[in-house]
Amino acid sequence: MAEIRVPALGESVTEATIGKWFKKAGDVVAVDEPLVELETDKVTIEVPAPAAGVLTDVAVKDGDTVAVGALLGAIKEGAGAVPAGRPDQKTEQAKAIDAEPEQTRPRDEFQPATPAATVAPPKALAAKVAGADMPLAPSVRKIAAETGMDAAAVPGTGKDGRVTKGDMLAAIERAAAQPTPVASPAASIQARAPSSPDDAAREERVRMTRLRQTIARRLKDAQNTAAMLTTFNEVDTTHVMALRSQYRDLFEKKHGVKLGFMGFFVRACVQALKEIPAVNAEIDGTDIVYKNYYHIGIAVGTERGLVVPVVRDCDIKSIAEIEKTIADFGRRARDGALKIEELQGGTFTITNGGIYGSLMSTPILNAPQSGILGMHKIQDRPMAVAGKVEIRPMMYLALSYDHRLVDGREAVTFLVRVKESLEEPARLVLDL
Amino acid sequence: MPYDLIVIGTGPGGYVCAIRAAQLGLKTAVVEKRATFGGTCLNVGCIPSKAMLHASELYEEAGHSFAQMGIKVGKPSIDLAALLKYKDQNVESNVKGVEFLFKKNKIEAFHGAGRVIAPGKVEVNGADGKTQTLETKNIVIATGSNVARLNGIDIDEKRIVSSTGALELPKVPQKLLIVGAGIIGLELGSVWRRLGAEVTIVEFLDHILPGIDSEVARQFHRMLQKQGVAFKLSCKVTAIDTSGKTLKVKVEPAAGGGGAETIEADIVLVAIGRIPYTEGLGLDAAGVKRDNRGRVVVDPHFRTNIAGIYAIGDVIAGPMLAHKAEEEGVALAEILAGQAGHVNYEVIPNVVYTYPEIASVGKTEEELKATGIAYQIGKFPFTANARARANLMTEGFVKILADAKTDRVLGVHILGPDAETMIAEAAIAMEFSASSEDIARTCHAHPTLSEAMKEAALAVAKRAINF
Repeated sequence: MAEIRVPALGESVTEATIGKWFKKAGDVVAVDEPLVELETDKVTIEVPAPAAGVLTDVAVKDGDTVAVGALLGAIKEGAGAVPAGRPDQKTEQAKAIDAEPEQTRPRDEFQPATPAATVAPPKALAAKVAGADMPLAPSVRKIAAETGMDAAAVPGTGKDGRVTKGDMLAAIERAAAQPTPVASPAASIQARAPSSPDDAAREERVRMTRLRQTIARRLKDAQNTAAMLTTFNEVDTTHVMALRSQYRDLFEKKHGVKLGFMGFFVRACVQALKEIPAVNAEIDGTDIVYKNYYHIGIAVGTERGLVVPVVRDCDIKSIAEIEKTIADFGRRARDGALKIEELQGGTFTITNGGIYGSLMSTPILNAPQSGILGMHKIQDRPMAVAGKVEIRPMMYLALSYDHRLVDGREAVTFLVRVKESLEEPARLVLDL
Repeated sequence: MPYDLIVIGTGPGGYVCAIRAAQLGLKTAVVEKRATFGGTCLNVGCIPSKAMLHASELYEEAGHSFAQMGIKVGKPSIDLAALLKYKDQNVESNVKGVEFLFKKNKIEAFHGAGRVIAPGKVEVNGADGKTQTLETKNIVIATGSNVARLNGIDIDEKRIVSSTGALELPKVPQKLLIVGAGIIGLELGSVWRRLGAEVTIVEFLDHILPGIDSEVARQFHRMLQKQGVAFKLSCKVTAIDTSGKTLKVKVEPAAGGGGAETIEADIVLVAIGRIPYTEGLGLDAAGVKRDNRGRVVVDPHFRTNIAGIYAIGDVIAGPMLAHKAEEEGVALAEILAGQAGHVNYEVIPNVVYTYPEIASVGKTEEELKATGIAYQIGKFPFTANARARANLMTEGFVKILADAKTDRVLGVHILGPDAETMIAEAAIAMEFSASSEDIARTCHAHPTLSEAMKEAALAVAKRAINF
């Protein structure tokens, strides 16, 4: 059931009069089809159907006065509905959302219940892109026919979101510059419905930086490609912290760099990756590529956005070497002095939302990698230890992984290994 | 019950705004100072001047090209009184049309001078001497513009006239001197030159038609000279001696310093531009802000600094064009009705109704150069257009300026017959961000003048067929 309510009517308008119902109970309505006319002392507006279906209830009649937010009626969704304009797409979406949990759930009970959320397409875009009733410009048709570039996938800058010749030429240029043809940039660019004049004057439009556009595209690509989900655990950092405070001065004196947590986490991950190779693998077409090297990306927030420099061969680097490399990366990331090759080739990524205070999060994969570890804030919490309550410095761990090649058992085992290594750092030395 | 909207002024901006508002269900009234509706445009501007231009153009054609086409009518002559009557009838039918449209849309019309007393209150000082105060939620200032005057020169509308008087001259002057080589000066100069006057145009700048693509303006300048119009560029009129039977006009170099000469004229037309008209509107008392040129300051939604008071048309910034005012009127009415009204100032066509006509939309070459945008030019002359040749009207060309990278049409400039009609195609194309290729790949009927538009679009890619 979709409820039909009185929309916000603008400044200082709190109520409206029902002018006329265009539909009566039992009528089949398409989404966005006008249902009822509301008269206010400022304007007359039409209330569109919030969903396709059958108008089941009409709660108010012509001439009634209603307040903003009041219930006008309800629509039984889907029943006998012919959605306006693009029926094919609408129904396919609905199917996709229904089907998703059934496909994945039997495979693994660790599956969280919300994967469908990533399937929902940007609605505004669907409404704006030229349909069959809005033919393409002749130059666009010709370019599409000659190059195979799908005009429907190109974000249009013309009137009402139409694709122009310039849009096509730019899309072709983008595609040529981009080695991986996975991206359909249209998915990340939403045509925007116009704001009300009042609001429009108070908006600011800023062009996305290149870096921000790349981040946006890559994150969305990862979500669109991987069967991504997140498993959680928590780690008691008592021992690592003790180790740190015991050797802090000595370590810094000898290596010239502070002994942080990152070195331990990187080593713990490498050890776990060795045991669970799928998390260090990636999908290439119908193959899985297992990588017997351990290049760990460390996400670093900068003023301009997120970058992920890669610490290479972490399995043969000491904790001191890892710490030094990360410290150097951090400095240069903030100065914007990282080299391209230092940002490429990672096999697994660690991101630390804890430095900003995050207690729990679900990181997005750094495609085409199959796993990303989320570190969080260490917080003292009462824990049951050997039958007694003790205050321990605890951190939640999150592992987002690509379920296409990493099974739930593997992902959970990986995270448990990381936890164990950090709770008993001696394991790192003994390779247990 | 107060009105939703009172529009002061019923020119193209005001009357269109009122009709659109009424269509959208707003309770609307208009206030008009003149005896008839339609403002400058319908009464003393666009409409009467077009009647005069049309008649005088046919007169000239009858005298020149009819014989070449084998039509024998003898030497045509002008009955000026009848011509003026035809013009007046034309004006009358147009202003009556507006009156009818107000009735049809249930818009209440008040005759008299409107004055803003306060936001929500408009006082009408009726032509009949009665004063009444109207209450309204919103006020739209659509009072348009007035003739700009020249220091030290009195316009008496008899011998020294503005465009208004130049449409009423009871006899064809022997010598007509026009101050200002803008659109109004060139149009009215063309009218009276065709009807037999000796026309001299004095222009302060070193070129005619400021704002028009300079290649078009230069070529047109030569054509007008060939038609017999004399120009004094980079000159200014400093004084007019009205004591004698003929006017003695003192013309000096614009830069100043010597070389003054005296030109005799029967009639002097002052056509140096127009200024916003806000006299007696009570804007100062209401606190409505104006800029240094007297224009009412508005935001992108036509709001003045005072809530509930809006302004559109010549009285605000932007080109003083009837159709620009109309677009603003529609946009504002829609905004007031809660819709998303918008005017695309990038695509406002501009027409000079001379012979040949000039019509343009979008950017000129000068503007593109100034902003550093790389562009391609596609140009096609009417000498290579079959229909223009059949009509014996082969002067001029179509010029399309397209973005060098995206091929998007950035500007279209037409000098030629029926440019006014052809420019609409360019405006539609630009409104939809079309490329020159889009125009080139759209089938154009043959033989038509509009094929020149298609050929110019082809010429952008250096592939015009007929040239």
